[in-house]
Amino acid sequence: MYVAVKGGEQAIANAHRWLADRRRGDRERDALSVAQLAEQMNLAVDRVMAEASLYDPELAALALKQASGDLVEAVFLLRAYRTTLPRLAETVALDTGAMRLERRVSATYKDVPGGQVLGPTYDYTHRLLDFLQLADGEVPEPARAEQALEACPPILEQLDAEGLIERETDDGAEPYDITRDPPDFPVDRATRLQMLARGDEGYLLALGYSTQRGYGRNHPFAGEIRIGTLEVEIAVEECEAPVCIGEIALSECQMINQFAGSRDRAPQFTRGYGLAFGRNERKTMAMALVDRALRAEELGEPVQGPAQQPEFVLAHADSVEASGFVSHLKLPHYVDFQSELELLRRLRSAHGQPDGAEDSRETVDDGGKKKEPAVEQDTNESEQVSP
Amino acid sequence: MNGYNFAYLDEQTKRMIRRGLLKAVAIPGYQVPFGGREMPMPYGWGTGGMQLTASILGEDDVLKVIDQGADDTTNAVSIRAFFERVAGVETTTATAEADVIQTRHRIPETPLSADQILVFQVPIPEPLRFIEPSEEETRVMHALEEYGVMHVKLYEDIARHGHIATTYAYPVKVDGRYVTDPSPIPKFDNPKLHMSEALMLFGAGREKRLYAIPPHTRVESLDFEDHPFEIQAWDEPCALCGARDSFLDEVITDDVGGRMFVCSDTDYCQRRQEEVA
Repeated sequence: MYVAVKGGEQAIANAHRWLADRRRGDRERDALSVAQLAEQMNLAVDRVMAEASLYDPELAALALKQASGDLVEAVFLLRAYRTTLPRLAETVALDTGAMRLERRVSATYKDVPGGQVLGPTYDYTHRLLDFLQLADGEVPEPARAEQALEACPPILEQLDAEGLIERETDDGAEPYDITRDPPDFPVDRATRLQMLARGDEGYLLALGYSTQRGYGRNHPFAGEIRIGTLEVEIAVEECEAPVCIGEIALSECQMINQFAGSRDRAPQFTRGYGLAFGRNERKTMAMALVDRALRAEELGEPVQGPAQQPEFVLAHADSVEASGFVSHLKLPHYVDFQSELELLRRLRSAHGQPDGAEDSRETVDDGGKKKEPAVEQDTNESEQVSP
Repeated sequence: MNGYNFAYLDEQTKRMIRRGLLKAVAIPGYQVPFGGREMPMPYGWGTGGMQLTASILGEDDVLKVIDQGADDTTNAVSIRAFFERVAGVETTTATAEADVIQTRHRIPETPLSADQILVFQVPIPEPLRFIEPSEEETRVMHALEEYGVMHVKLYEDIARHGHIATTYAYPVKVDGRYVTDPSPIPKFDNPKLHMSEALMLFGAGREKRLYAIPPHTRVESLDFEDHPFEIQAWDEPCALCGARDSFLDEVITDDVGGRMFVCSDTDYCQRRQEEVA
């Protein structure tokens, strides 16, 4: 006799215990400390902070630990915590020109005031596995300059006396807050940038890449990339000057893109902008490409690629939303499926005799199709030989 | 629970959502944008419904949570446990004893009463979405009551299959004005929306939209004169309680094609079995 399945509660509790055990792993080994993660997995921590829209390296490292290193899960944990926090104050707008720089490169100007600074980058490392790290080899101290780099204003403002590059000006408008109000398409650029800033890095990277390969091409140059730390200030009623409440690390990318001009505007270089918490250079470059691509309509360019369609790009950028909705397919859908079963049976019974004939033809088709994968396999093999 | 407000959301957020709900009740079937918050459960798993439930729940309310009509499916268990934890409210599986019922994909078989509220979890609130993917466009279509495309879609079904091939999330027109997605309930449940005694609230967390069907509101399932709306029917009754008036799930009992049909509404089924016993 059939009895409906019960015991979901016990199953969930047991699943959580098993998960905790799996996360901890072999008890003979030391447990990872949150401080270790924050220090030694700092780029993962930075990505989690950027996509969760919460600057707190310790909590981001905790999220990373709790998620067993699953970045999307860690972003979700931190985001769900963020949403419970009260909003105590709003900071003064950050001036990235005042950044204490640790990295600053420009691909458009060879020599820039303040100089090009590589900083701690993976760029010119040879991607050879460093087996010394398997044996916990000693790491030498870095070379240190006599004094810290001085703050430099943005390169693009400094070096463009001719006005060939468009200037961004503050129109003083109160920015829309995507964490408090639902986005209302079409959204303005400031709102778009907020959405991109918390967008999934892999997604933005793929979209940015697509513009380089012709789906909405716009000839980008990396005008300036800067990474460093910046003081965050708030205005307090009793004090005349803003009060510093701490320091955060930021990455910023200013992309310069060709613009052929339109009836209303002379040809000019235009800009795409990327900004993220922490050291997130790849993210900010991708973000800048996508920001510029999304300006297609504003600049009167033809909209040809997915990266140029604001609703498409922005509605699908958030990894918390995307992973939630994809993963919900795991939930039971017995009822909808039952409804479809019933319909399918009805449609098939109405389909009648020619149905069988079509079925046999399908089998023939399948046989014919089988040849195609065989051809693909051949090419794969020849590719494998070449290296 | 320590460190969190009653029912998880802070009072300002609840107030914002309740304002949205008032607007939704005033304009039946209209999708009201609201500042949806992240919940500690994934989007797509009922965060919209949970935000509405959190906003309307009082300390004395009794809560019931169902998924696919059942109280004991894992996600229903999880959501019920969440509210027990963050709100400390009493919960029940008995439809008649609940003040607030949060549901996914079903309307209970037991008729609801005027002092009950049914909260639906909604994945895609926009009934026109799969015809027109752009939100900008669909908003204009709603404003202009431009619903012809929906009838064209249903007509194409008839032309291709001989009848309408939408079996769940079957579009309805609410109070003669807005075409609305009843959430992915089977069309079997659509008639229960019409002139309901209970207030019905719909929350879509990821899409940040909420809407309502107030009590005693006309709700018509879209159809044609020569192809009237019909609900699913089964040849056999529920194998456990013998009900002929409830939505039945198909249960596979062996690996040689054996199957039986049982009520998807577990509370309804159990109550009927008790009555017989």
